[in-house]
Amino acid sequence: MRPRLDRPGLLFAMIGLAGLALPLVQFKPNRIVLGEGSSLTAAVPQGLMVTLVLGAVLVAGCLRWPPALRLGAAAAALLAVLLALGAAAGHLTPPDNTLARVAPSVGFWLMALAFALMLADALARLNPALWLRWLILAGTVAAIGALLGSGALDGVSVMREYAARQDIFLREARAHLTLAFGSLALALLIGLPLGVALYQARSLRGPVLSVLNILQTVPSLALFGVMIPVFGWIAANVPGAAQAGVAGIGLFPALVALFLYSLLPVVSNTLTGLTGVNPATREAAIGLGLTQTQLLTQVLIPLALPVLLAAVRIVLVQNIGLAVIAGLIGGGGFGTFVFQGLNQTAMDLVLLGALPTIALALTAGIALDLLVRSSRRSA
Amino acid sequence: MIGRVLLALAAAFLVAFLASPDSFAAIFQPFTRNNAPAIYAQTPLWSLTLSHLALVALAVVASTVVALVLAVLVTRPAGREFLPLARTITSVGQTFPPVAVLALAVPIMGFGAGPTLVALFLYGLLPVFENTLAGLTTQPANVAEAARGMGLTHRQRLWQVDLPLALPVILGGMRLTAVISLGTATIGSTVAARTLGEVIIAGLLSSNTAFVLQGGLVVGIIAVLIHEGFQALERIAARRTGLDR
Repeated sequence: MRPRLDRPGLLFAMIGLAGLALPLVQFKPNRIVLGEGSSLTAAVPQGLMVTLVLGAVLVAGCLRWPPALRLGAAAAALLAVLLALGAAAGHLTPPDNTLARVAPSVGFWLMALAFALMLADALARLNPALWLRWLILAGTVAAIGALLGSGALDGVSVMREYAARQDIFLREARAHLTLAFGSLALALLIGLPLGVALYQARSLRGPVLSVLNILQTVPSLALFGVMIPVFGWIAANVPGAAQAGVAGIGLFPALVALFLYSLLPVVSNTLTGLTGVNPATREAAIGLGLTQTQLLTQVLIPLALPVLLAAVRIVLVQNIGLAVIAGLIGGGGFGTFVFQGLNQTAMDLVLLGALPTIALALTAGIALDLLVRSSRRSA
Repeated sequence: MIGRVLLALAAAFLVAFLASPDSFAAIFQPFTRNNAPAIYAQTPLWSLTLSHLALVALAVVASTVVALVLAVLVTRPAGREFLPLARTITSVGQTFPPVAVLALAVPIMGFGAGPTLVALFLYGLLPVFENTLAGLTTQPANVAEAARGMGLTHRQRLWQVDLPLALPVILGGMRLTAVISLGTATIGSTVAARTLGEVIIAGLLSSNTAFVLQGGLVVGIIAVLIHEGFQALERIAARRTGLDR
């Protein structure tokens, strides 16, 4: 049997080999200056061997292999790249030097991209069963957690920034989650009844939906900004508001801005879900003598569940991302690090804010995709 | 009808405000404190608006062209191997927060319009690509049959049948891209791109609500106008496909 060429594999090999040729890490005398690059061969003990092995995986990937094998190879290579980054940081940083930073550089990002693409491609071709997908997601999260907890990456610049402000990081993480999930909860609390009401009051649909549509179009920075004076005014003029924790700066304006963004997906998907229920099913339920409330809670909402969950996915992923902007208006969250880092031109600090946000959004997105699928199967 | 009148009024207000911001100072005066200026004067508002729009237009055009080419490529026989991967990338890529993409572009590009443009371009690829893919792969079966029966070559079918039929969906993707870009470009001013975000940020830093409001108002109106404009185009394109009749 002649080995066959795999075109996506060729693309990954090009990206990955470019990554191998470019510097893996950047060594910086301190956190703000630009550093000099160091390639994998020079930055890691036995770097040449690691380079050859990774290169071999990339080249072998150009041929067609069973997807499961590719998946395993890509995962192992991804792990190796991460470990190499940690090893390079430990190797390059002089002992007792707390100022020097070893930051991931172009080579690292390209290699990570190449192997992540290879992994994604193998997964897409493998098309695993639902339970296996859950298992892979949980396994990946656990593996990354274990890697971070093991201390293998502690020397890398981002982790150094983390070590310097562990308490603040946890506080901002909590704030970020509060913003994302709190606004989602608010949106469900208000949006679901609103969607049901619109389902019953046909004439109101157009106007309400177009108002929500316009809200969605307003750029986030503008909406966040406008919330500040609004809440400042409420805190100053509504008795009892300031005591209840309402203030122009802080969590509240950000939470409400995110809530306003979330309303459209929740309301419109509730409406789509309810109107999408087969009329015959409705008729049958009414014929069985179900009351309006029973019809809604026992028939319509369970049948509309996949569409409702899809709204939860949209809102959650969108709000995890938008919550970054709260960092600009003193609302806390990972955005605090991003904008602090941009102000100080400390890119490691930017990464400390951006990477957890991306990880959170990805995990939430994939997990909810899986939930939508399972609900579709049972609906 | 009411909607159209409101849109026209908003557009008229926008033009008047940008042409002569100082005539509107009285409206914004109540939102200032301690005799702060009511109108942002560091850079003329119209010039910020133009550079903001230029940035967004450049990004939208670039990402549309690239996304269209990619979507056509992965739906051709030679590119089919990339299709599952392309689908995964678009669904995963869209969960990446635009702000994070912007922040990550800075270490590579430095400060200025560069990282903003790159972030807008990269992020803008996905909606257009996803929609084009959907438009090209969910053609009604009888249309494909008819095109084949007429003896159209692959190329003719792409240009004369597939792309025109997918046009409304493609425009929908461009609308998403444009609106997201407009919002993300605002945040671009935190990395020193010249956009209307500058006005809002200046207002936030000096707690001058008037600045925040006028920046937000201008960007907001532009966003709504672009959104509505694209939707109008989508309706025209959909009517021209003749499929709904």
